[in-house]
Amino acid sequence: MGTKRQFRIWRGDADGGELQDYAVEVNEGEVVLDVIHRLQATDAPDLACRWNCKAGKCGSCSMEINGMPKLGCMTRMSTFEENETVTVTPLRTFPVIRDLVTDVSFNYEKARETPAFAPPADLAPGDYRMQQVDVERSQEFRKCIECFLCQTVCHVIRDHDDNKPAFSGPRYFIRAAELDMHPLDDRTDRKEYAQSEQGLGFCNITKCCTEVCPEHIKITDNGIIPMKERVVDRRYDPLVWLGSKIFRRGQVPQTIVTSEHSPGAVRSSASGQGVHSHAGGSHDSAAEVQAQQGVNWHREVPRPTAPAVGANGKLPLTELTSDRAAAPSPFGDDVTFPLPPEHLNFAHPKQDEKH
Amino acid sequence: MTSTTTRIERHHYDVVVIGAGGAGLRAAIEARLAGKKTAIISKSLFGKAHTVMAEGGAAAAMGNVNSRDNWQVHFRDTMRGGKFLNNFRMAELHAKEAPQRIWELETYGALFDRTKDGKISQRNFGGHEYPRLAHVGDRTGLELIRTLQQKIVSLQQEDKQEFGSYDARIRVFSETTITELLLDGDRVAGAFGYYRESGEFILFEAPAVVLATGGVGRSYKVTSNSWEYTGDGHALALRAGATLINMEFLQFHPTGMVWPPSVKGILVTESVRGDGGILKNSEGKRFMFDYVPDVFRKQYAETEEEADRWYTDPDNNRRPPELLPRDEVARAINSEVKAGRGTPAGGVYLDIASRLPAEEIRRRLPSMHHQFKGLADVDITKEPMEVGPTCHYVMGGVEVDPDTGAAYGSVRGLFAAGEVSGGMHGSNRLGGNSLSDLLVFGKRAGGHAANYIDQLTARPRVEVTAVETAVETALAPLQRDTGENPYTLQQDLQAVMGDLVGIIRREAELADALVRLAELRERVAKVSAAGGRRYNPGWHLALDLRNMLVVSECTAKAALERRESRGGHTREDHPTMDPQWRRVNLVCSLEGDTVRLDRKPLPKMRAELIALFDRAELAKYLTDEELAEFDALAAAEAEDTDAAGKES
Ligand SMILES: Cc1cc2nc3c(=O)[nH]c(=O)nc-3n(C[C@H](O)[C@H](O)[C@H](O)COP(=O)(O)OP(=O)(O)OC[C@H]3O[C@@H](n4cnc5c(N)ncnc54)[C@H](O)[C@@H]3O)c2cc1C
Ligand code: SF4
Ligand code: SF4
Ligand code: FES
Repeated sequence: MGTKRQFRIWRGDADGGELQDYAVEVNEGEVVLDVIHRLQATDAPDLACRWNCKAGKCGSCSMEINGMPKLGCMTRMSTFEENETVTVTPLRTFPVIRDLVTDVSFNYEKARETPAFAPPADLAPGDYRMQQVDVERSQEFRKCIECFLCQTVCHVIRDHDDNKPAFSGPRYFIRAAELDMHPLDDRTDRKEYAQSEQGLGFCNITKCCTEVCPEHIKITDNGIIPMKERVVDRRYDPLVWLGSKIFRRGQVPQTIVTSEHSPGAVRSSASGQGVHSHAGGSHDSAAEVQAQQGVNWHREVPRPTAPAVGANGKLPLTELTSDRAAAPSPFGDDVTFPLPPEHLNFAHPKQDEKH
Repeated sequence: MTSTTTRIERHHYDVVVIGAGGAGLRAAIEARLAGKKTAIISKSLFGKAHTVMAEGGAAAAMGNVNSRDNWQVHFRDTMRGGKFLNNFRMAELHAKEAPQRIWELETYGALFDRTKDGKISQRNFGGHEYPRLAHVGDRTGLELIRTLQQKIVSLQQEDKQEFGSYDARIRVFSETTITELLLDGDRVAGAFGYYRESGEFILFEAPAVVLATGGVGRSYKVTSNSWEYTGDGHALALRAGATLINMEFLQFHPTGMVWPPSVKGILVTESVRGDGGILKNSEGKRFMFDYVPDVFRKQYAETEEEADRWYTDPDNNRRPPELLPRDEVARAINSEVKAGRGTPAGGVYLDIASRLPAEEIRRRLPSMHHQFKGLADVDITKEPMEVGPTCHYVMGGVEVDPDTGAAYGSVRGLFAAGEVSGGMHGSNRLGGNSLSDLLVFGKRAGGHAANYIDQLTARPRVEVTAVETAVETALAPLQRDTGENPYTLQQDLQAVMGDLVGIIRREAELADALVRLAELRERVAKVSAAGGRRYNPGWHLALDLRNMLVVSECTAKAALERRESRGGHTREDHPTMDPQWRRVNLVCSLEGDTVRLDRKPLPKMRAELIALFDRAELAKYLTDEELAEFDALAAAEAEDTDAAGKES
């Protein structure tokens, strides 16, 4: 009952790559991730792709399908025309590791910078009392499966790597909002933090993040806007929408980030005219080529190589010690400090002088 | 030839926790709180472990909804669920400590659903006498793992303040797979693995390792488990000299999706049947009436009319047979399919469409409606679902000391918690008991790993030759190009396990399975993987295969040996429970390359615990000899209270 369908899948690594054509059998009821698994089991055993749950619960299988950020396991093949070529590319905002796998560590770094829940000092475990209506607002944000689709779609970082240090992205705005709305969180500066440290001001409420969220979290309406309301930047009206949301690389309009003391608004000079390219199918061939080659995925990672063996026919083992905390002690692991004085062979220059 | 192939990144830690699910994260938190330098290792990204998929809730006798609930009741339910094969001490600790562990999560920021008076709400679940499962809608696992993940971040933020680096005392190595544990004599000295991303090797030198690697479901074709569940922890433990128990017990959930292929195995919640859904075969027959076992005859309806009346009038009618225990339903579906009365996709029909108005279905089963609409393009208000049993959970695992989580066997410094450990759930796990198990025993394992290190006088050392061997083993599949494709081998293994060591087992088939597994072992030893080392899923699978294989051998061997049916182990040729077998645990260990099976008596329940049950119930499980002992105990106690009564 299977039919052959055309796929174009981006294959490559940080050094570049290209879309490769595959004709794959597709059976009734299958999703894009199934097709990728079939390819792995047949034509392309080393095709790299993340997945875990296959049920839209873990947020591992994020990819861009015909240019639209989606979960591979929740995108049914029946949503495409029989003769349509399905193009699958890695998330564009993050550096490619290989094929469909990208380096999403940006998100984990931002997570780590966001101040954690501050438990109330005077409540013992078991004594927490909260009403259902009060927890529900935060619970909406806690549905997040960390698929990072909202992060990849957000134009503030999608085409501007240089905005990354100052901008945490919608996923972490709703983390701040969640804690802000937590009935028992002891900190009161979540909104201010979002504005001053997370770059909330960069967001101009295009709502692209809400559109792609597979958990249907109202990221903008329920998270970002309520946070902006209090710390609203008077120079900027949050409800001015940009007509154009996402641009492909190569046709990005000049974006000016006004950054005075705190990051301000993003203004686009192409308001209303840029190509809205959710579907990715921009008709600019130069931009297409650029995108395929992975421009700006500047990560130096070596190509796969065969293992090298030494003269004895075995692998020469060299060891690299980590420079981070938890590195081995240069004095050996058995030595603890301070050393007992009798083990020291140090002579103080004045030790012979009588006191 | 670049240096990348020969480089081994080396790290020193006090405690290395393998696994970033609920159990692993809780263990890591505890070890870090004890002041140990801790590493957390996970095959996938941080926060994506299996725990994220759990739906129903975490069982803890907090008594928020029904104040009669307490640890004794929970303990009793757990023992019943496991058909009294559980390690009683683990069940006891679990029941006692689960509430504290749940409350603790609130101090980490968790937001459970609430009762009217603002406490944590609790829901009913199969086998639990009172509403007991703390939950957040149907995404409890997500809440649990995210909360623990965020607690770890908060500890890292403290460390950043104190030492200037987030990674100073606790560090997460995501997308890193451990392939080998390294020993110094009988002591754990470290762990060896590779970064999935780059294919480069990494060596952890650490005196204590906590295994929290989850289950083994990928050895079955139809499973609710993800690619991670290849039994790595089970296999690592075996190879390090530890033992596994109860490996014959696997939980098959009766209703997993079977069609379309994309979602084969994904769970269909039990509530569909609770709300009136019925099971039919391809001939349209409601077959469950033919499968009511004698022991349940009295509680279950004999006619469709009576069964249908039960939904509205449960007091005067008996329950429909669709609501028999999980193992019975799974078995029935299996027999129908084997008899050729299955659906084209190899399941049976679960029909709710003809039973309730569309409106009502959408109201009561929103997530199922959404799941079938989204994944299968099936409108369950109009069409029946196709369902079949799916491999869900492994009760068996590393044999541990109940109090500390330290692995038995010849190895020291190895701890295990969560699904990878065995004993807690006996022959069958109750829903909701896993999430609380992760927290209770995760904490214990992490804490005791820290204690163990404090008692060491010298740090064990990693042997260079052992590392060399580990490197060679890991690279071997890439260097061979004559062997078979790992995906083919996995399919063959799944076929053997699904067909011959599945839900219903027979002596001849199990013996046959062992022969085939032995053949597969030869083929797996020669597997080759195409491509390079960078994020190469074919290579990763090739390395996982040997773990899946050895764990499958344990399951097949133990299943052949246990000549009775109990919980997650059903023998067609020995269809009943045998009290003699209840006293026996089957223990697997590794002798050279081969799996060795021993019988070991079950620890005997303490007097005050066995006294929590009444005699009539115990009589179903215990031997006459054990019952006599119980009677003697009861008599002695009666005398005691008598005497005490006279004195006062
Ligand atoms: C669909 C579904 C629904 C469920 N619902 C419930 C429920 O409602 N209530 C309940 O109590 N239970 C439920 N369960 C069961 C429960 O979710 C699991 O048993 C539990 O989450 C296991 O947790 P864990 O910490 O032991 O392991 P996991 O969460 O599975 O984590 C294992 C970790 O080990 C890592 N790992 C494995 N091998 C290696 C290796 N070689 N090297 C490095 N890392 C490795 C993995 O990457 C992962 O991080 C459900 C299970 C499923 C599948
Ligand atoms: S609404 Fe804000 S955060 Fe969301 S995509 Fe648009 S700019 Fe980014
Ligand atoms: S908010 Fe939605 S889109 Fe963003 S990471 Fe979470 S689940 Fe994904
Ligand atoms: S595989 Fe988990 S969300 Fe797709």
